[in-house]
Amino acid sequence: MDVKHEMIKVYISGELFHVPEGSTIIMALEYAGFQLKKGIGCREGYCGACATVYREKGDYKLKGGLACQTVVTDGMAIAMIPFVPAEKPIYDLNDLTPDVGTFTQLFPSVFRCVSCNTCTKSCPQDIEVMDYVQALIRGDIAKAADLSFDCIRCGLCALRCPAEIVQYNAGILARRLYGKYLSKNSSELDARLKELDEGKFVKEIEELKKMPDDKLSKKYYSREIKIS
Amino acid sequence: MYPEYMMESIKKVEQTRPHRLELAKKLGKQVFPRMGEQERADILADYHPDYKDDALRELRIGPNKNDKIINEVVDVMESYPRDYPETFDLNKVDIETDVLIIGAGSAGLSAAIEASETDAEILLITKLRLGDSNSMMAQGGIQAADQTDDDPVLHYLDVMGGGHFDNKPELVDALVMDAAPSIKWLEELGVMFDKNEDGSMMVKSGGGTCRNRMHSTRDYTGAGICRVLRDEVYNRPDKIKYIEYTAATELILDDKGQCAGAIIYHLESKQYSVVKAKTVIIATGGFGRLHVRGFETTNHYGATADGLVIGYRAGAKLMFMDSVQYHPTGAVFPEQIVGFLCTEKVRGLGAQPVNKDGELFVYPLEPRDIEASAFIRVCENNLGVTTPSGLKGIWLDSPLIEELSGEGTIEKNLPAMLRQYKRFDIDIRKYPMLVFPTLHYQNGGLEIDANAETTIPGLYVAGEASGGIHGRNRLMGNSQLDIIVFGRRAGRNAASKVKTGIQLGKLSLKHVTDYIKEVEELGIDKKQIAPIILPDYIPDHVKAKQLSSEFQGTLF
Repeated sequence: MDVKHEMIKVYISGELFHVPEGSTIIMALEYAGFQLKKGIGCREGYCGACATVYREKGDYKLKGGLACQTVVTDGMAIAMIPFVPAEKPIYDLNDLTPDVGTFTQLFPSVFRCVSCNTCTKSCPQDIEVMDYVQALIRGDIAKAADLSFDCIRCGLCALRCPAEIVQYNAGILARRLYGKYLSKNSSELDARLKELDEGKFVKEIEELKKMPDDKLSKKYYSREIKIS
Repeated sequence: MYPEYMMESIKKVEQTRPHRLELAKKLGKQVFPRMGEQERADILADYHPDYKDDALRELRIGPNKNDKIINEVVDVMESYPRDYPETFDLNKVDIETDVLIIGAGSAGLSAAIEASETDAEILLITKLRLGDSNSMMAQGGIQAADQTDDDPVLHYLDVMGGGHFDNKPELVDALVMDAAPSIKWLEELGVMFDKNEDGSMMVKSGGGTCRNRMHSTRDYTGAGICRVLRDEVYNRPDKIKYIEYTAATELILDDKGQCAGAIIYHLESKQYSVVKAKTVIIATGGFGRLHVRGFETTNHYGATADGLVIGYRAGAKLMFMDSVQYHPTGAVFPEQIVGFLCTEKVRGLGAQPVNKDGELFVYPLEPRDIEASAFIRVCENNLGVTTPSGLKGIWLDSPLIEELSGEGTIEKNLPAMLRQYKRFDIDIRKYPMLVFPTLHYQNGGLEIDANAETTIPGLYVAGEASGGIHGRNRLMGNSQLDIIVFGRRAGRNAASKVKTGIQLGKLSLKHVTDYIKEVEELGIDKKQIAPIILPDYIPDHVKAKQLSSEFQGTLF
């Protein structure tokens, strides 16, 4: 992308570089000559690969953000964290029940939450992380699934947590439990599966597969549109 | 925030909004007439980038020799390998497995999960991390005809019509018939689809669909699915081995022409290894990072067509590589998010595309190639808005969504979009989004059959790397579906083929040696190397001083 702006100073892993104002951290690193292999992914804020800790000029606070979504400021000091070596318990979802007992067993650290809210403050997705941890403690899986929904697994919460909780791994378990066990089945989906099992539609599709393009095209352009 | 001159145009959009709101309340999505067959053909010919005279050129090598395909794809196909065949001692096998899966987006992950239901040994490799893929970034939805007013026959018609009837019928059959079972499979794994209180699916329409068939997990549909599949793979460590930061740089065949493994390359340690495998699945995704015709892209950093290159060199045939999908709505402002996807769900929820004067000019949900062409026409006729950096776009009037469906609709249904713009001080509940077509999807790829197998025995392809399913234009929500349907088919079939007792002959890279000779005869610059593995965004003035970097435009 063309970035035609004033140059500003940034410190990448402690080293000074001059980069164009308005760059995201990823753009700044590339401008400086780094070809990234780690700490980079979708570049659009969906994959959580580019967790980064930074400090702005004149501020004492260490902040967290996604390198592809954070714009550099003059004097910013940057350290990327391409991987968080946090624990991930292994489980078979079929053996689990959607209740607090599952979390006591697989994520005992969750119950050590001291409600300091550091996780929430560190989340680049603005997720109420502490609130979903608290929901898990209460056994409210649905709430935890809902609140943690936008998690992209960047790991910044776990890195800052004084209680050593791996919030994001507990979050995905809550969501999977909700999806599998707590959300109601769709009766339309089940009915369609039954029809498919019985071989319905096969004959019609076979006919369409053999249909010449002009006939198929006519059928396509004359099909009834029923959308809302 | 938008600069003042852009706010002037937004004022006009606001002025026409009440009238357009009335239209939408009265007519639903039909706020502008849909194009007929001839009109569609004309607008594509006049405005779609694929139809420009210089978009395509003849490929001079390999199974599709003499076919006219996209320039940038010809470049990677007419390239030298990263390392020469004689460098490798194929008698010294480093890793042996039954099924080798290359790529760990939703297609590769689905394949691994299905294959692990058998007792086959599985190795999954990815050049970045598990789940790093275009799959993870998809926002809008996944199609499946599971509603009472819908059926797979209608879905079949939509897919064929959207693809201009070029699609391979057997693949479309598989796609639409496996759709509902795929949704069930995902739900059993714990994917949280958007549902109503009674458990019924919340479904929306998408460009080119005749029914509401779009299932979603908010506007994180790709992530909602992909992160569950990834978690499932993490949970099967005894059955699925995986190696990250490792790319496949060449396929290995045996002396009988069967696929027999791959040369793999670890990005950090720069070591190559020989993998012997009874079957191989390519699930490497698409080519957005080739920036066809200089377009910005919505694609993942790793979308560099690597699987196409190694598959083609081994003799697999390409299909529909003369077409590119430009997603109609890529962001063009602010500068930091240029090219980023504004999901089609925004239009599905009722946002209308309007020109700089706030006027409607197209049916909001035409198939993507038609919609994109209509946007380009507006901009070429100077009815678009120009950004401070010189890009052009049209308005996608998102505030209309909340006027239609109530306050909170955007936060509930488009949290990712809302957040993306908020980071740069734009509230899409109050202001429209400026958009222009962005390079989104590789419609074609390596040709497969309904088993996801190529013409090379033992070589399977699933997901965006495959060709034939979508013809020359994919509809929204059919890619999320195809990666699951064909990912599962590839995994299942590759594993069951192993069970039939494959006898591999002598491992060979002769196909690469032969290919090199042909490339040499074309007089190609020795610095032209593929697969690219990762794109290179280092500026020219820095690049000029990186003297020891071995290859141009590629990872050294």
